[in-house]
Amino acid sequence: MNEAALLRCEGLSVRFGGLTALNGFDLWLREGEILGLIGPNGSGKTTFFNTLTGLYRPASGRAWFAGAEITGLRPQAIYDAGIARTFQRSRLCLPLSVFDNLMIGNHRRLSLGLWFNLFRRTRFAGELQRHVERARALLAAFHPKLPERLFDPAGALGMIDRRRVEVCRALISEPRLLLLDEPSAGMTHDETRELMDDILATRERLPGLSIILIEHEMGVIERVSDRCVVLNFGEKICEGPFATVVADRQVQEAYLGVAA
Amino acid sequence: MNARVTQRPALWPAFVATAAVASFAYLFLRAEAQWEVAALAAGAVVALLVLGRTRLGAVVGSAWGARPTPLAWGALLAALVVVALFAEDHFALLMIATVLLYGVACLGLTIQFGYAGVVNFSGAAFFGVGGYTAAVLATHTALPHLLVVAVGGVLAGAIGSLLVLPLLRTRGHYAALITVAFAILFKTFLEVNDTLGGPQGLKVPGMRMLGWSFNDNILVGEDVELSFYLSYAVFSLLLLAGALVLVRRLERSWLGLSLDAVRIDETAASVFGFEVARWKILAFTLGNVLAGVAGAVYAMMTGFVAPASFTIAESLILVSIVILGGVGNPVGVLAATALVVVLPEKLQVIQEYRFLLFSGFVILVLLFRPEGLLPRKLRQYLPGWGRA
Repeated sequence: MNEAALLRCEGLSVRFGGLTALNGFDLWLREGEILGLIGPNGSGKTTFFNTLTGLYRPASGRAWFAGAEITGLRPQAIYDAGIARTFQRSRLCLPLSVFDNLMIGNHRRLSLGLWFNLFRRTRFAGELQRHVERARALLAAFHPKLPERLFDPAGALGMIDRRRVEVCRALISEPRLLLLDEPSAGMTHDETRELMDDILATRERLPGLSIILIEHEMGVIERVSDRCVVLNFGEKICEGPFATVVADRQVQEAYLGVAA
Repeated sequence: MNARVTQRPALWPAFVATAAVASFAYLFLRAEAQWEVAALAAGAVVALLVLGRTRLGAVVGSAWGARPTPLAWGALLAALVVVALFAEDHFALLMIATVLLYGVACLGLTIQFGYAGVVNFSGAAFFGVGGYTAAVLATHTALPHLLVVAVGGVLAGAIGSLLVLPLLRTRGHYAALITVAFAILFKTFLEVNDTLGGPQGLKVPGMRMLGWSFNDNILVGEDVELSFYLSYAVFSLLLLAGALVLVRRLERSWLGLSLDAVRIDETAASVFGFEVARWKILAFTLGNVLAGVAGAVYAMMTGFVAPASFTIAESLILVSIVILGGVGNPVGVLAATALVVVLPEKLQVIQEYRFLLFSGFVILVLLFRPEGLLPRKLRQYLPGWGRA
């Protein structure tokens, strides 16, 4: 066990009625590391994300983030601690503008006082202008054409731009840990490659950022991740560099079935 | 570079539009003959269709978007002119004031339903809380009436907080059912409560402010007698203007963004740190305060309150106005309020069938234009926002 780990989970278990979705899951993550989390459908990957971000309560086990225990904290507190995520099925607010969506991710920095928002309009305009510039800069770092779409409804964007905006929404609060839940879902191979380029570029820009990536595309995992963890039926069956993991007999069985 | 607009669109088309709407309101309220009313209504429909098909609507809209302040003052002035033109006409002024006060209540519902997504099928009950508060306080205490109106709002907000806990623990249809239950509860409570007048209700004293009695006709010189409803109409107009400014600023701030985030995706909102409960409570309370304030003034204007005025049917009308006008669009909601309140009064043929026609109309809107007659637009934080 790495003492300097940014994230450490010990024996996390999540049950839904009689179903054990996650069973005694251990995981640690260094600062700046990209971890690929893989496994067949229903193996508990998204359940892990939901537990980590406080949407589900673990039946047992504990988790620490940046030196503090985060087990059972509310989602709001997890966000404040510096963990942000994307969702498997895009959860952008489609009727709202791209800017509004980014500001949702930027919640921590918004002044939410009633008096300020309703009656200090000049100061509000100043704060707004600063956030517009931040949002523009972040989008531009992702794709030079993206800032043009800042005031368009998110629903008017194509699939890959939606994904980019979703990643930006998670990044704008400057989290220390980014959870990406299958960012390639519903995209073509080319689009997926572009998005992964963006993510690798982000990592160059923000070397301290740690990422856990859930992904089904093995090519993506191979290219992006420093280390892999494989889940099957809620249990960790393998861990290590990509090459080790794909050579593992148990992993092959989990994906392809037991050899005759 | 900058989100602010570089080239200012012309204002005059919007001023012309305001004048046209005001003239139409004047003609429509003045029309007596049924054919006249029907022709005006048909004309309005045609005009709206033309406006929707041509660039005219967009031109007016962008002028409002870029420079709302002078246009808002213009609209207020136009409304005052219309009110002044009916200075001697009880009936027209009563209708105008009713539209304005219902408008305030529906703006409250817009905050709740349109922004935070909290359905409220007991809007009329909170309107009633304001009315009964006015009845009791104005009869039994010497409280200044402006304060009575304010207390009506505060009390509506406070009684609404009784519902907050069950509302936060439920979602969707179940939350809606809670408000339905409250609407029924409220009416039954009033009917069996003898101190509050039971089914007969209570008389409400007219409003007095700074020695000015709202319920006396206004004598100008020797022979001109202005309707006492004039005071109520002007007061309601100012109230509505205030409510509009409040709702607009609310929407065009981080508060509006937070309410939208909570409405559209509670789970995603909580993952990004939004306190879902806080925003729902804020919207629900603020909306009920507006309904209560409107109810207090309305009760003082009509001079009496009774349980029969605050039934679930009345609440449903308020909800339908919001759906009809455009969920989350204050201007659309005001247009729908005018339509729903005034049309049946003027077009007596439909008076008897108003609920039938009205429900049919709501169904048509839901089928063919689910976002309402005037759908909400993207948030404009500042005048001229979004033209990069």
